[in-house]
Amino acid sequence: MKLLELIGRALLRLLEELGRFFQMLGSAASWLIRPPYDVAELFRQMVRVGVDSIPVVFLTTLFTGMVLALQTFNGFKRFHAESLVGSVVALSLTRELAPVLTALMVTGRVGSAMAAELGTMRVTEQIDALTALGTEPVQYLVVPRVTASVLMLPLLVILGDFVGMYGGYLVAVQLLGANPITYIENSFQYLEISDVTSGIIKAAVFGLIFSLLACVRGYYTEGGAEGVGRATTRAVVSGSLSVLFADFFLTKLLF
Amino acid sequence: MLKEPAPAEAGKTPKIRVEDLHKSFDGKVVLDGVNFSLPEGESLVVVGPSGTGKSVLLKHLIGLVRPDSGRLFVDGRDFWALSDLERTAVRKKFGMSFQEGALFDSMSVFDNVAFPLRRSGRPPSEVRERVRECLSIVHLPNVEGKRPSELSGGMRRRVGFARAIAHEPEILLFDEPNTGLDPIMTDVIDEVILEMKEKLDVTIVTITHHMESARKIGDRVALLAGGKLLYQAPPEEFLKSDDPAVRQFVEGKAEGPLTVEFERETATAAPEAS
Repeated sequence: MKLLELIGRALLRLLEELGRFFQMLGSAASWLIRPPYDVAELFRQMVRVGVDSIPVVFLTTLFTGMVLALQTFNGFKRFHAESLVGSVVALSLTRELAPVLTALMVTGRVGSAMAAELGTMRVTEQIDALTALGTEPVQYLVVPRVTASVLMLPLLVILGDFVGMYGGYLVAVQLLGANPITYIENSFQYLEISDVTSGIIKAAVFGLIFSLLACVRGYYTEGGAEGVGRATTRAVVSGSLSVLFADFFLTKLLF
Repeated sequence: MLKEPAPAEAGKTPKIRVEDLHKSFDGKVVLDGVNFSLPEGESLVVVGPSGTGKSVLLKHLIGLVRPDSGRLFVDGRDFWALSDLERTAVRKKFGMSFQEGALFDSMSVFDNVAFPLRRSGRPPSEVRERVRECLSIVHLPNVEGKRPSELSGGMRRRVGFARAIAHEPEILLFDEPNTGLDPIMTDVIDEVILEMKEKLDVTIVTITHHMESARKIGDRVALLAGGKLLYQAPPEEFLKSDDPAVRQFVEGKAEGPLTVEFERETATAAPEAS
């Protein structure tokens, strides 16, 4: 009986979360198209989501590319397929690793900040104050954050693609003694433009998911400082899980 | 026991009218059928023991909280029947000051007070002038560049007050505007409220514990207890009323109908909590 109750309660909470997510999505979409358009705030958020995340994304993808080259080289050497290292690095980065890892890093960095910021504004009545001053909080707070994330994540992924491939090149050429010309040739041999675009589409969707989830968590925060902490943690956990979850279905859909 | 307000003049719609408002949170009834109507230019003061839902009532008036049942009319229009765009427009008629100030802590004091002005598209020179004016009204010059976190609680509350009046709203809602202020500042705030009422013909709803403020700024005083407005009357009449609940509150007695109510509520709430 206790178990059934627990399952039921968890299910209800999940449905409630889903309901809030889609309600916020609809609300944000409807406020996105109505004036006033706060371009300055959008740019501010684009800097926070995009520009400020460059170092993190740079390091993450650089090391991912490097380790990818190292691993595949050691593995592929066993059946004399070292020439494929460049292709493997390029394909796995553009299609999968750059979008997913970038999204996860940005969720941790930016999603947590969004949830904490909105959560604090909620518990200190600042969101109520916005409403009371005739400003729709979804339009003022959620729309610029989500729009900035949808726009900036693809750009970060393009950067990540380049940096990751350069990391692979560094390891293969400098460390493992591969021929630079053939490595570059191999890298682009099997790479198609659709590999890159699918990664970029994924990134945009991940940006939408993590930012909207973080905003929902923050927006509906209850219970003071502890509530803000809980909202922040859950924004990162559910954001990361949702990115991985969505990744599977998007991959299935896009190829 | 409920004293009906004098019927509004024929043909003149009240600024705010509230009809049978009900609200509960997690099964706990906070508002249990609140009715009143407030003509333009009138000032209503709501008093009552702590935790009886005075703030919740105030938040209902500007549509920050949606009632479980009952209706709110602003200028004769059913608030919750409007589209969300229209609701945002109606809210611009309001100015509200919050208990803890609710200042935007990412902005300076200047930007806080300027917020409603900028959002309504006033030119920068006018914004600057108006912000200065509002801050001097609450006796706070030279804090423009500071962050809310650098101010004391009382100062934050006064900045919140300045922000609420900045865009010259038609209706003002004050949630305990002078709690925690020194006696001089309390009187300053009361004077400002009085002055705005007389000069600008604004409609005002104030929540307070101070019977002295209530007497000064209210055209009518109402007692909120047990989720209902138990008694409404002009201040002098209110203070002289022989209603037992009003007497208890005015005289500040520990025993009386209001405490019985409180004890009954905590007694019923206790088993739920365990």
